[in-house]
Amino acid sequence: MSEFLADFLFSYQSLIHSLGINGLLALSMYVVLAIGQLSLGQAAFMGLGAYTSALLTLKLGAPFPLVLIASMAVPALAALIIGAPTLRLSGVYLALATIGLGEVLRIAFVNSELTGGALGLSGIPEKAGYALIFGCLALALIAFVLVSRSRIGRAMEAMREDEVAAGMLGVHLPRYRISALVVSAMLAGLAGAFNAHVSSFISPNDYGFDAAVTILSYALLGGIGSPFGPVVGAIILTLLPEVLRPLHDFRLVFNGLIIVIAVLFMPHGIVPWRIGRTGARA
Amino acid sequence: MNGALLTLENLTVRFGGLAAVDSVSFRVEPQTVHGLIGPNGAGKTTAFNLISGLGHQSEGHIRLDGETIDDWPSWQRAQHGLARTFQNIRMFGEMTALENVLAGMHVHVGGGLGATLLRLKSFRSAEAAAIAKGHEILGFLGLADASTRRAGNLPYGDQRRLEIGRALASDPKLMLLDEPAAGMNPSETAGLIELLLRLKSRGVTLLLVEHDMHFIMNLCDRITVLNFGRKIAEGTPLEVRSDPKVIEAYLGTKVAERLEAGARVR
Repeated sequence: MSEFLADFLFSYQSLIHSLGINGLLALSMYVVLAIGQLSLGQAAFMGLGAYTSALLTLKLGAPFPLVLIASMAVPALAALIIGAPTLRLSGVYLALATIGLGEVLRIAFVNSELTGGALGLSGIPEKAGYALIFGCLALALIAFVLVSRSRIGRAMEAMREDEVAAGMLGVHLPRYRISALVVSAMLAGLAGAFNAHVSSFISPNDYGFDAAVTILSYALLGGIGSPFGPVVGAIILTLLPEVLRPLHDFRLVFNGLIIVIAVLFMPHGIVPWRIGRTGARA
Repeated sequence: MNGALLTLENLTVRFGGLAAVDSVSFRVEPQTVHGLIGPNGAGKTTAFNLISGLGHQSEGHIRLDGETIDDWPSWQRAQHGLARTFQNIRMFGEMTALENVLAGMHVHVGGGLGATLLRLKSFRSAEAAAIAKGHEILGFLGLADASTRRAGNLPYGDQRRLEIGRALASDPKLMLLDEPAAGMNPSETAGLIELLLRLKSRGVTLLLVEHDMHFIMNLCDRITVLNFGRKIAEGTPLEVRSDPKVIEAYLGTKVAERLEAGARVR
């Protein structure tokens, strides 16, 4: 039995890795949507994390824990830079700015010698394993649940429902917005570092607009009533292409279709339950 | 009188050429109910938005409890003791009634990110205390049974009460109420007057915009009347009610003249 399990884990290694990595990406999307903002920069933050980690490992031979920290710090810095001017405004400015960030980064990766141009970077050692990836996902989920069920979670949901009313209750809107974006960038960067260190090869096209929309679709499909929704959405959308292998080329069509169907018929996603917002027995 | 809780000094806001609020000055004294009335389009809600930081004045100053708050964003004003309700209820509809009230306590509930993640004793006791206070406020509102119900599913009158409770939860020094009785039937309005009187006896200062004159005259210690963005009268309900300028604003020049003539004959 354990032999079969070992066999299974080996055959589906890359798929199982993807489940964990996409789960992290889904959470990174969730934290922004949870305060009512829309970012389309998740793929860009992921790419930043992936390239940062790959370069540190390949060029400098940096120790892996340090690599992971850097892969979160660099996207966090990018989030601060892009968030500072856009998050003072409400509306779609963040979405627009993050699309821009994604395109700028992609073009930079393609044209830079350092990042290996359009061919990307290869030969990245496989350093991330199941335990690390799923351990981080579990930790992140637990942290999100704990934060949800607190004053911070209540303020976040208040912002998502009615930002003006939330501000009138003393919620420091800019601070919440920038914090959410930075946490989101860190999670995406970590997912990028894992991605680089399980697939051994990264290229600019992995982190383009398609990827950004795919990550958004995790959250839309799963629903953002609780942190579990987006993770479930990520699991389904990661498994779907495997189940529907003959349709593989239509994967993006499927993602688009699912977004449309989700918006039309399941406004609360397939995990519609809403997480409570109290941190003690009511 | 430097003891005023809220002072507006020559407050003006222009939208293009139109002065929606035109050098309006008045004070709200602590522990009073102050009414802001006027015909439609007089600039009452605009004035409220300026006071609460949702709009920015072109000229003039606003002082709240000794501080000039001209450039403060709304959350900073809220942290300094200002709360408000809205003309169209702005409830967090997905949240339960209790969670709405707890959200109102945002400024006062303790618990940083670290304490929250580690569920430290400080966090747990702060949450428990907040929940207890939340239940107390729901009881005060007469909504004790609704605590776990989704706020968006509550009847209209209860949502109005809950919105007031959410504002009350922040322990405000000054509460702005924008047409609290709008859309209410007479019995709901009577209940609301009773609720607001109990609020006043709790020491909350109220500034309210309302069209229901019965409501205003019953509740207010002092009334400021706006028309076309300007202050045209101020005083006790009795003084304001007999002020010809107020009658003119509400009923038109002819009626005012006739009333005045009638008064002289008598």
